[in-house]
Amino acid sequence: MTHFISNLLKLLATEPYRLVLFLVGMLSFVGLNAAYLVWVERKGAARFQRRPGPTEVGFAGLLQPIADAAKLMSKQLILPAGVDSTLFRVAPLLMMSPVLMSLAVIPFGPHLAAANINVGLLMIFAFGSINVMAIMLGGWSSRNKYAIISAARVVSQNVAYEIPMLLVVITMIMVTGTMNLNEIVVQQAGAFWHWNLFRVWVNPLMPVTFLIFYICMLAETNRAPFDMAEAESELVAGAYTEYSGMGFGVFFMAEYANILLGCALGTVLFLGGWQSPFGALSGVIWFLLKMYFLVFSVVWIRWTFPRTQFYGLLNLSWKILIPVSLFTLVLSSAMLKLFRA
Amino acid sequence: MKNSLKEIFTGFNSLVTGMRITLGQFFKPTVTVQYPHESLKMPTRFRGHIELVRDPETGKPKCFACKLCERACPSDCITVEGAKLDGAKKKSVTQYILDFTKCSLCGSCVEACRDGAIRYSHEYNLASTSKEEFVMDLFKRLEDEAKANPVPEAAQAAAPSPASPSEASKAEAAKPAPPAQPSN
Repeated sequence: MTHFISNLLKLLATEPYRLVLFLVGMLSFVGLNAAYLVWVERKGAARFQRRPGPTEVGFAGLLQPIADAAKLMSKQLILPAGVDSTLFRVAPLLMMSPVLMSLAVIPFGPHLAAANINVGLLMIFAFGSINVMAIMLGGWSSRNKYAIISAARVVSQNVAYEIPMLLVVITMIMVTGTMNLNEIVVQQAGAFWHWNLFRVWVNPLMPVTFLIFYICMLAETNRAPFDMAEAESELVAGAYTEYSGMGFGVFFMAEYANILLGCALGTVLFLGGWQSPFGALSGVIWFLLKMYFLVFSVVWIRWTFPRTQFYGLLNLSWKILIPVSLFTLVLSSAMLKLFRA
Repeated sequence: MKNSLKEIFTGFNSLVTGMRITLGQFFKPTVTVQYPHESLKMPTRFRGHIELVRDPETGKPKCFACKLCERACPSDCITVEGAKLDGAKKKSVTQYILDFTKCSLCGSCVEACRDGAIRYSHEYNLASTSKEEFVMDLFKRLEDEAKANPVPEAAQAAAPSPASPSEASKAEAAKPAPPAQPSN
C-alpha cells in the first residue's frame, strides 16, 4: 500500500500530472477562498458593529456562501439592450483569469508552488494590470452612465497607485536582488527580524515601504477606503451595475481573489512567506497565518474608515506616496552602494 | 515641508486610533436582539391593543358589560355584549369584539372604564395576511388565556402560596356561559 502511494506521488510529480494537479488545486483554493472570504467579510463586519452576522444557514452561517452561489447561479444572465455584448461577457473572465495565473507563482511552502519561475514578481505585476482593464471594459460596455463614471475612476485610480506600488517593488527587487518569489522567501530565513519588513539596516524606511505597499494593494484591489469603483452611495454598483447572476458573481469572486493575491504577495515580500517567526518549523501554516492576518486587516480597515473623496485619493498618491516611495528607492540604492559594494 | 510631515504623522496617528477603537469593539459581546428567536420584553406602559382584565379572586373578567368603552370609542371599534347569569347580581360580559383595523390606540376606552376592567396588552407581534384576523373577540382571548394559564397574573403576583392551585380550579369550574356567535 505504501509502495503504491509513493509510486503515485512520484507519478503526480511528473510534468503533465503536476500541471493538472496544481490547476485543480489552485482553482479550488481560489474558489473556496473567494466564497469564504465573503463569509469572513460579513462576519467581520458584523463583529465590528457588534452584531452576530450570518447565523441562519448552517452552523454560524457557514453554508451561507454556498446558498449565495446557488442563488447567483440560478439567476438569469441579463444582457441589457445596446451593450457591447462581446466585451460585456469577456470582462468578468478578464478579471478572474489574471489572478488565477498570478497565484501560480506564489510559494505557499518550501516546495509548494505551481511554477517556480525566475520572473515571478514581474509576471504578477504584468497580469495585475489586466484587471483594471477588465473593470474598465465592463463599465464601458455596459451602456450605463454610472458604469462609465466608475470605469473612468478605476483607470485614474489604478494609474495613480500603480506608480508607488511599482516603485516599492523595485526597491524590494534591489534589496533582494531577485524576482524569484521563492528565492525572496529563502533570503528571509531565520527569526522574524530577518523578514524584509524589519530589515532596517538595509533601509531604515522598510516599515514605511511595507505601509506604502499595503495602501497601494488596497487601492489596486478597489477596497474601502478606496472603493471608488463600486461606490454604492454614488454609483449604484459602479462598473457592475448592469451585471446580473454569475456575471456579477465572477466579478465579486475576482475581487476577493485579488485581495488574496495582494495579501499573499505582501506576505512573500515583507513578512517572510513560509518562514516561521522563530527560525524553526517553517511551513505552509505560517504562510497561511500571515496571509489571513493581512486579509483580516483588510476587512478591519474597511469597517473602520469611510470612503475617501476622489481628490483625496489622488492627493494621497501623488503628493505623499509617490514622493516617499521615490525617496525610499533612492535611499535604499544609496545604502546598497555604500555598504554592500 | 515641516507642516506637511506633521500632517502626515497626525493623520496616520488618527487612523491607528480609529483602528484600535474598532478592534476593541470587535471583541465585545453583540448587542442586537435576534428578533424571531428572541424578543425584547415590552415596558409596563407599552400601549398594545386593549385586553380584558381578570378578577384575581374569581378568575373571571372584571367587565360587566356596562358599555362605557363602546360609547367612548371615537372610531366605533368596540362591540360589547353581556348577559345576566343565573344567580348573579351583575351582568357579565359574553362577547367583546375589538375591530383593531380601525383602532388608533387613543386609550379613551381605558380611561372611560370605571372598574379597570380593560388595559393595554403588551402584544406587538400582530402581522397577518388577512384583515379578519384583526377583528378579535377579547372575551374569547381571555378564556383561551385562562385555559393556558389558569392562575390569574394578579393572584400569582399577590399570593404565590399553595392556595393558588385550588383557586385556579375554582376559576376553571366557574366558567361563564359560552359567548354568542360573533355577528360579523
